[in-house]
Amino acid sequence: MKQRTLTRLLHVLGLAAALAFALFPFYWMVSSSLKNQVDLLASPPVWLFKPTLAHYADIFSDERVIKGVFNSLIVATCTTIAALLLGTPAAYALARFEFRGKGDLWFWFISNRMISPIVLALPVYLLAQSLRLLDTHAVLVLMYLTFTLPIAVWICTDQFRSIPADLEQAARLEGASQFGIFWRIYLPLGLPGVAVSAIFSFIFSWNELLYALVLTRRDANTAPVVATSFMTGYELPWGRIMATSTVIVLPVTIFALLVSRHMVRGLTMGATK
Amino acid sequence: MPGESRRTPLFFLAPAVAALALIGLYPTVFALVTSFRRYNLTRARDGFPFVGIENYRRVLTDETFWDTLALTGKFFLTVLPVQILLGIAIALLLHRPGWNALRALTRVSLVVPLATTYAVVGLIGRLVFNRDYGVANQFLSWAGIPALDWLGNPTRAFVAISVMDIWQWTPFCALIFLAGLSMVPVEIEESATLETSSRLSMLRHVQLPYLLPGLTSILILRSADVLKLFDMVFVLTRGGPGAATELVSVYIQRVGFRVFDMGTASAQAILLLVLTIVLSRAYIRFVYREIEQ
Repeated sequence: MKQRTLTRLLHVLGLAAALAFALFPFYWMVSSSLKNQVDLLASPPVWLFKPTLAHYADIFSDERVIKGVFNSLIVATCTTIAALLLGTPAAYALARFEFRGKGDLWFWFISNRMISPIVLALPVYLLAQSLRLLDTHAVLVLMYLTFTLPIAVWICTDQFRSIPADLEQAARLEGASQFGIFWRIYLPLGLPGVAVSAIFSFIFSWNELLYALVLTRRDANTAPVVATSFMTGYELPWGRIMATSTVIVLPVTIFALLVSRHMVRGLTMGATK
Repeated sequence: MPGESRRTPLFFLAPAVAALALIGLYPTVFALVTSFRRYNLTRARDGFPFVGIENYRRVLTDETFWDTLALTGKFFLTVLPVQILLGIAIALLLHRPGWNALRALTRVSLVVPLATTYAVVGLIGRLVFNRDYGVANQFLSWAGIPALDWLGNPTRAFVAISVMDIWQWTPFCALIFLAGLSMVPVEIEESATLETSSRLSMLRHVQLPYLLPGLTSILILRSADVLKLFDMVFVLTRGGPGAATELVSVYIQRVGFRVFDMGTASAQAILLLVLTIVLSRAYIRFVYREIEQ
């Protein structure tokens, strides 16, 4: 009996340690955003302090931060919509049809998940420069499709496969067109998968830095670019940096919690179900 | 399925294929062409003449390029074992019955590091590892270790980026292993518990076979991710001090966008791409076996 109490104790200690490990940097970011400058620069750092919302008032009156968040919203939303518009029909074809070259196509879609953004950032910078697309939302939306489209295709294919093929047969007997079948049967019944892929597309676009850093200058700067741009000069405005970081991370964290059951599936593109 | 034309899948696939070709393939071809040119943006007036394989010859004999690849490999070999071991430990803690509320809470909290914007992970690292007011030094002081300069020292800056990566990606390993553990049939696990009291032999003989498929995906995906890794490192150290944390993607970004030598950078990027394609092939082989056949 004593042995059991001990293992139960170790179990709870281990779980608490894992919880602290997972949440500490997040906690430190939020708590730092609520410290005044003196507490922020205290050495050693203080754990108990009088919280202040001054940094949030600061950043919400800072035009650059507002614009950055606004740009991020536009880019992430447009990317998500485009990924679904292009990805769901493709997923339907991959889920329900057999055709030559399907394996290769699949490989090509998935391999986009692995490619370093720097490989595309170099040529796209030159191309966007000559097309006058630098510093626009459009170029970011296009580049973000390189990783959101494969994810939408993967998750939706998986979802559409689970829809019984009988339904399709029945609809066809009633004279439904192929597109009608996709639109009236697959999209509504596959909605959970469509929603999950939408959330993933949004999170990944929202979190991206490299493309945004090299393809935007001023007008289309996204929130992560603005947050990192505070990192210049000698005296760093830590309160503002951490407040902006919190504003960036909080919404996607909530989204991620909504799809937490699918998190691994989204990140691995189907390695584990 | 009867009654469908061969063109139907084409109709549904064409938009996605066209889009990916436009944004993925076309720039890659453009990069390939650029990699055979002298393409220095600071000397645009000289034009961008074709120079054959000169860029590749330079890159392959460039010690810095090999150093960054070696450093990327070293980074991979530093963080991955920690992530796998911690990941298995956390997965076992989460799999074990008891403390249900805390277990559920911990499981959900693992999503937080994964969702955190990579650039913000770098920003948090800058604050945590600050020499004067960073909390990392406070932790050390509790263990009686004097304050260290983290980001100004090559070895310790490398440790700092490793710690942040371990924080962000250990949950990924833990969740994959947890999914593996939940595949172990309950009867087998129960009868094994009756037969042996040793946790270790249970792990080795009963649970390990279910962890291996996940391990393969982790190995391949994490190596691709490390080759891609840019945001967090760029924000945390900019590759410095010196080149102590200059992983391959950070280095190529510097050559392309701070030295503006697009020709050389493109050659490096193409080589990186080849490496990545080999990895994706392997991934597809292991994970999507049924689709390839």
